[in-house]
Amino acid sequence: MIRSLRQRPWSDSLLALACTGAALLLAGIFFFLLWDLVRPGIGGLSWQFVSTLPAAAGRDGGIAPVIVSTLLILGVCLALSVPVALGTAIFLAQQQRGLPWAAWTRRSLDLLAAVPSVVFGLFGAVVFCELLGLGYSIAAGGLTLACMVLPFMIRAAEDGLRAVPREYHLAANALGLSQYRLLGAVILPAAAPALLAALVLAIARALAETAALLFTSGYVLRMPSSLFDSGRTLSVHIYDLAMNVNGGERNAYRSALVLLVLLLLINTATHTLSRCLSGKARI
Amino acid sequence: MISSSPSTSSPWSIDLLLRCWQRLAAAVAGGVLLLLVAYLIAESLPALMRIGPLALLTDPSWHPLEGSFALLPMVMASVGIALLAMALALPLGLAIALFLTVYAGRRLRAIYVAMLELLAGIPSVILGFWGLVALVPVIARWQAPGTSLLAAALVLALMITPTIALLSHLVLRQAAQTHALTTAALALSHYAHIFRVVLPVAMPALASTALLALGRALGETMVVLMVAGNVVQFPASLTTPVRSLTANIALEMAYARQEHRSALFVSGLVLLLVAGGLYFLIARLQRGDKEQAPVESAA
Repeated sequence: MIRSLRQRPWSDSLLALACTGAALLLAGIFFFLLWDLVRPGIGGLSWQFVSTLPAAAGRDGGIAPVIVSTLLILGVCLALSVPVALGTAIFLAQQQRGLPWAAWTRRSLDLLAAVPSVVFGLFGAVVFCELLGLGYSIAAGGLTLACMVLPFMIRAAEDGLRAVPREYHLAANALGLSQYRLLGAVILPAAAPALLAALVLAIARALAETAALLFTSGYVLRMPSSLFDSGRTLSVHIYDLAMNVNGGERNAYRSALVLLVLLLLINTATHTLSRCLSGKARI
Repeated sequence: MISSSPSTSSPWSIDLLLRCWQRLAAAVAGGVLLLLVAYLIAESLPALMRIGPLALLTDPSWHPLEGSFALLPMVMASVGIALLAMALALPLGLAIALFLTVYAGRRLRAIYVAMLELLAGIPSVILGFWGLVALVPVIARWQAPGTSLLAAALVLALMITPTIALLSHLVLRQAAQTHALTTAALALSHYAHIFRVVLPVAMPALASTALLALGRALGETMVVLMVAGNVVQFPASLTTPVRSLTANIALEMAYARQEHRSALFVSGLVLLLVAGGLYFLIARLQRGDKEQAPVESAA
């Protein structure tokens, strides 16, 4: 037994070689992928591309209506998911972990997080498009996305709220603060960076989603005039240009780059903002 | 209770309102899953009643407009793609996690983890697009048409490897830290440290990471839709173009009516059941892990 556990240099170096090789391989693929995505699109990327109307089914022209639809769908999604997620997270964070009602809610949310996005699409198509009579619309797409991001938002927000030190609760109780004051003046400001991170997580998921939107918010490329119009998000636009439009690749590259830059900007902005907020909270 | 001064407390009605909001929100959040399951079952019933679950497996082909509803080839395609992707991503992700835990210095680790997070954050539709324009032509040079089970599995592997690596790294780091002093005192080699101590301790958590990744691979739509070829047939070889269950829903939902539509909901229900099954396995593993932990620390 002991002999088999002794130093065996050849197995050590073989293992080191394999692990380092794997890490190098993935890093290589990553940079190749990045280079491959950025190089063809970067030339045509301009303010004009983002702000003009598309032409020839998206082959030429810009992506202005796509950007507007994306922001509207995101807006509907957040307007519905944020109040529900925040309320649920506060509720769950207050409950003891073992309580059956809270445990059931948490378990059903965990399971919801595991549901494939295309199944959310099916659900949205029945409930929002048909039952609520919204048809293929920005509102239906936003509602579907709201259901989809809910578990991720709640989980992250609850973790943030639970991380607020117990002393804060005790001190607030000792002062006889109402729950309204406790939340507004103590808990929410202390948890602000984590709540912001939860929001960004949800936004990133919503922006990346395609499958759940194909048959809830639809494909229409026109500029939407209301929330009940159909509209396509950036990711649906990329899919459509790549698969259904001959010669759409050039603009698909550019749209993919716009989406990547958007995601990167949101991530960096919140990193900076949350660093500022947590710095303030310490003082 | 103790009366509080008006400056620090608000009227009770706001507190009541807050409490109502929280209860209501939790009920809505918990209710989404119930609604989802209920509507999927309700919409699947026509197909299950009129076509029958057996016919969905044994029908000769998928020609929904002519009343032939074979889901089996697509189930096999989904499973084949996911298993191949896992076979590629699991060793790669685990090796990278080991690299981060054991070999990389602190600076390198921070940079590499940031890269993995970036890679994990790339939307699947962009990965699918890249697969279509960069990978498929390469495979096509070897075996036309290029869109195939292999292409889908490769892109899918690229999608889930960062997740596997990041999660396994967390697990391994904890296991390694817990036993670092012991293995150092025993003067174990890296190899023995990893294979005799760290991996066995971390095994249940690693298994649940793998199941999580399998769930994502089975449920992924966009990558498979864009690079697998979308031909309904049994996967006879690596380069066969196939259509997965998820891609089938995305392709046909827009125009499907009556039984055809209901058959698509059946495939949605199958996906939901698979996700649920994997979830319970993971929960079981984690519970087992927790029960085991006190014994270990006592020993």
